[in-house]
Order: sequence, then C-alpha cells, then structure tokens
Amino acid sequence: MHNKAIVSSNPLADHPAKQQAVIAAKDLRKTYGDVAAVDGISFSVPAGESFGLLGPNGAGKSTTMKMIGAVTQRTSGELSIMGLDPDSHGPEVRAHLGVVPQQDNLDEELKVRDNLLVYGRYFGLPMSYLRPKADELLEFAQLTDKAKSKVDALSGGMKRRLTIARSLINEPRILLLDEPTTGLDPQARHILWDRLFRLKEQGVTLILTTHYMDEAEQLCDRLIVVDKGRIMAEGSPAQLIREHSTREVLELRFGSERNGTIGAELQGIGERLELLPDRVLIYAHDGEAALEEVSSRGLRPLTSLVRRSSLEDVFLRLTGRSLVD
Amino acid sequence: MTESGGSAETAGLTAATARAHSPETSAARARRWGSFYFAEQVLRVMWGYAWSILMYSVGQPVAYLFAMGVGLATLVDAESAGVFGGVSYLTFIAPALLVSAAVMTAANEFTFPVMAGFKWRRTYYGPHASPLAPEQIAAGHIMAVTLRFLVQSAIYFGAVALFGASPAGWGWVSVLVATVAGLSFGLPLMAYSASIKDDKGQFALVMRFIVMPLFLFSGTFFPLDTLPLAVRWIGWISPIWHGTELGRVFTYGYQEPPLLTVVHVVVLVALAVLGWFLTKRQFVKRMGQ
Repeated sequence: MHNKAIVSSNPLADHPAKQQAVIAAKDLRKTYGDVAAVDGISFSVPAGESFGLLGPNGAGKSTTMKMIGAVTQRTSGELSIMGLDPDSHGPEVRAHLGVVPQQDNLDEELKVRDNLLVYGRYFGLPMSYLRPKADELLEFAQLTDKAKSKVDALSGGMKRRLTIARSLINEPRILLLDEPTTGLDPQARHILWDRLFRLKEQGVTLILTTHYMDEAEQLCDRLIVVDKGRIMAEGSPAQLIREHSTREVLELRFGSERNGTIGAELQGIGERLELLPDRVLIYAHDGEAALEEVSSRGLRPLTSLVRRSSLEDVFLRLTGRSLVD
Repeated sequence: MTESGGSAETAGLTAATARAHSPETSAARARRWGSFYFAEQVLRVMWGYAWSILMYSVGQPVAYLFAMGVGLATLVDAESAGVFGGVSYLTFIAPALLVSAAVMTAANEFTFPVMAGFKWRRTYYGPHASPLAPEQIAAGHIMAVTLRFLVQSAIYFGAVALFGASPAGWGWVSVLVATVAGLSFGLPLMAYSASIKDDKGQFALVMRFIVMPLFLFSGTFFPLDTLPLAVRWIGWISPIWHGTELGRVFTYGYQEPPLLTVVHVVVLVALAVLGWFLTKRQFVKRMGQ
C-alpha cells in the first residue's frame, strides 16, 4: 500500500518532534450493547511523544488501545493512525505498530528466540534480517542467556521483557503498551521502565495505559485521565498536578474508627480535605505548616506524612471518588 | 547483514544491523501471504512434537493392520468369503482405517489447540496484533493441519500398500480422500471449538458421542447396509462413511452407482466448505471483540 498520506506523515522523514499527529482521535466511541466502554474521547499524539491513558480498571483504556491497534472497530467517531483509518486499513495500520498487550500471549511451546523469529515472519520479514535482529533484541531485553530456554521457564518480568522485544521486531515507530508493568515486582518494573525510556530517547512514540500513577509520572510526557469512557483531564503530569492539586499533601491516620468523623475538627486546615476510610488527606501548599496547625488544635494523629502531590491526588480529585469536603 | 549507517532514526537498538522493510511492504506481504506465515508458526509448534506425530502416524496403522489383517481377517475371510465384495477383509477395512485416522487427528487438532489459541494460551492474539487478519490465522491453522493429514495419510497408505491391501492402481488417491474427509469433519468442529468460551468437557463428549459412533457405524468394519435402518442414517451423514466408500472405489475398484460416488465427493467438499465459512465468521467475530 503506497499512500501519500502515509509518506507525508511518516516520522521517519527527517523532521524533529513537531510534525503532525501520528495518532488522532475525534469523538471516538465504542459501545458493547448498551454499555459505552469508550464514550466520545478526542486526542492527538505527535511523533516521538510518550502519551499515557491513566484510569482505573474498566475506564475504557484497553478498548481505546484495541481501536488504535486496529483489532477492534469503533462504533463511531474518527480515528487515524499514520493518516490511515484502522477500520479500512487494518493490516497497514498494524504494520506500523508494536504492541505489548495486557496479558502476555507468547508462544509458550516455542523457545525464547523462536518467539521473536516467528513473530517477525508475520510481517513478512526475511530470516536474513530476523536472525541478527532477534539477537539484538534479546540483548536489549537482557535475555541473551535465555535465548534457548522455553518461555515457560521465564519469570513474569522476563516474559514481559520478551513481549516488549517481540513488539520491536518490525522496528515500529509507534509502540502500544497496555499496562506494561501490572503484576511485576518493583525491581522488574524499574528494569522495564529503563528499557522503555531508552526507546523514548530513540524517538519511538509510546502510547501507554496504566493505573499506576508513578508509572505515568515516570514515562509520560502528556496524559489523559480517563474514567467511565470519558476524558477527565489532559496535560503533562506536572501541569495536571498544578491545576488539580496543591503542592503538598499531609497524610494523617487517626485509626480506622476516627478517620471518618475527624473531618469537622480538621475543617479549615489547608485548602481541601479528603476523608478516606484508612486515612485523611489535607491538601496544602505547605504540608509542615498544616501539620503544626493540626497539633495546635490538640489533635494527635497516629501517623503523619508530608509528601508532594502526585497524579493519584489528581485522579482522586477528578473522579470525585471518596471526596467528602 | 548490511550497515545501517548508524542513523539516529533507526529503531536499531544497539548494533548496526539491517533495517526492517517498510510497514507498507509488511502489510502488502501479509495481505498476500499471511495465511502461510501463520501456517509456518503452527508447523514450528508441531515440529516440537514431531516425534510423537511420527510415532502415531506409523504406529497406529501398523498396529491396526496387523491386528485386523493377520488376526481378525484370517477368521473373517475363512468364514465369510464374498461378503466384502470379493476382496479380503483387510482390503475392505483399509480405506476406512485411513479415513478414520484422519478424522481422529482432526478431532484433536481442531479442538484443544483452538481453545488454546483463544483462551488458554491466547496464541491467536499475538499474530492478531500483527498485520495478519483473523481469517488468515484460521486459514493458516487449517493449512498446517492439512499438511499433517497429507503426511500422516501418505505414511498410512504406504503401510496399507505394504500389506497388499490396495490392489488398484489409483489407490494413492485415497490419501487425498482421507485428507478431505479430515477437513469435512474437522472444519465444522473447528467452528464449534472457536465458539466455546469455557471448557466444560465438551471435547471429551465430542470424542465419545460423535467421533466414536461415526467410527463404528460408518461402514468401517462391515458394510453399512448390514445395519438396521434405525442406525444406518449415522453413516449417511458421516464424513467417515462418504470418505471410506470413496476410498474403496480407488483402492480396490469398489462397484457403486456413479451417482453415489458424486454424492460422496459433494458431501465431503460441502461439509468442508461450510465448516470453513463458519470458522472464518467465528474467528472474525471473536477476535474483533
């Protein structure tokens, strides 16, 4: 398929970061029966950006990813990837992408290196290209010494890295990652983030869903907060925190019995108060000052912690969940 | 390996290796050859247990032919010569064994691996994210299994010929007949397998209540018309019966009305074609969700 639109929007053309969107969605909707999994979302992603979809389980992130990945057709709205409509140009769109699905779907009956070779064949890539490429990707995924192992024998983190290596076999300029580190231990997550960061440095466009706020802060240049199929906010992590939260947060624990009733006594401290079942959050520009105020009212929390605001706070604020003030 | 020139644009990660061809080339190749690419994957997986496939393909006919041909046939031929159209009992049952073996292989290859592809291992979803289309994934799976039918039936036929149970010159055609019979039973089954969301032992039921009756009541070990009408219909709808009767025409020149021979071919091909359309529809529907 040679299409002018592809050529003109191809990020391989020598234009730095500011070219037109590689992915553009407008009023994108997907319904299953009466349920709207994705309910009219619009965004666009320029080449080279790391773009995140942040939201809880069931927010519509994975459905959006499947539509971008040209494996599920949208119900309505517009969507283009590299200037192509995924509904009519499925194979062409998928040929541009690398995909890391939420659930690993490696070929457990094949050896580690063979997984890469077989996957490359789906793109019609010749063995003369695939053999050295597979070795290079195993190196990148720190799996060289596992090349001849069965996939079964790998740990969760290794399988995840192999899935990422597999997604890179066709040298995609866009990588879709659906909850890449869910279920991994902290060390495995950090290794993975490091690998993803290297790809980002090479100019690969990353589209990433996560419900880990720290992951979004680590990897995303810009993100949308999604809840119930709709976009609640959009911006860089820092921007979102600035707009929707205070600089610092004071976390207090008064014990599960008092957490719920202490609200009245804390009224007026900081800018906003959030009563959660296990703790109380006080949003304030200066957390230490807020803590002093709490003490001066004669309140003695069991534990107290002053921290910077995170995307978690933004999310709490935006979705209105557990918001009691 | 060619040098990439170290361009900063390469997704080449560490070393300077050859570049992948363009996405447009990938898509064009996948559109044309995608089914073959997936067939290659299935064959690679099969290669992992090639030894047991080979043992099955060789061991089963040798065991059956020896038991039937040397054991049972001695008795049957002595007692009731002429009942089987003037040929030895072994010659009579050989085409049936050939077809039944393909059908039983189909009952394995088009059930559990399909469930594994959609659910247990989700192996269909990896290629689904690549330029391959769902119908190509189904077609590739079918192509690989068809190759297995061919190889296995050819080995089986070799054993039949060695036992002298295929006196006619066109006997080798029964290899193709068995392959088509495997597909005409297997493809509707594949469509069913692709529709199953949870394994509640359906495949064991298929084996016991569909494959076994078909194997026993399809004119395999005795002519279908020796059965009462109440069970004879099982043969009429059975790919094993149609395949077996057709095979007999080729292996020993079995005399039947020419129209019936045409019916066998039509039924076998029609079931396979119907099965393919149902399978394709099911794959496209399920993967697009």
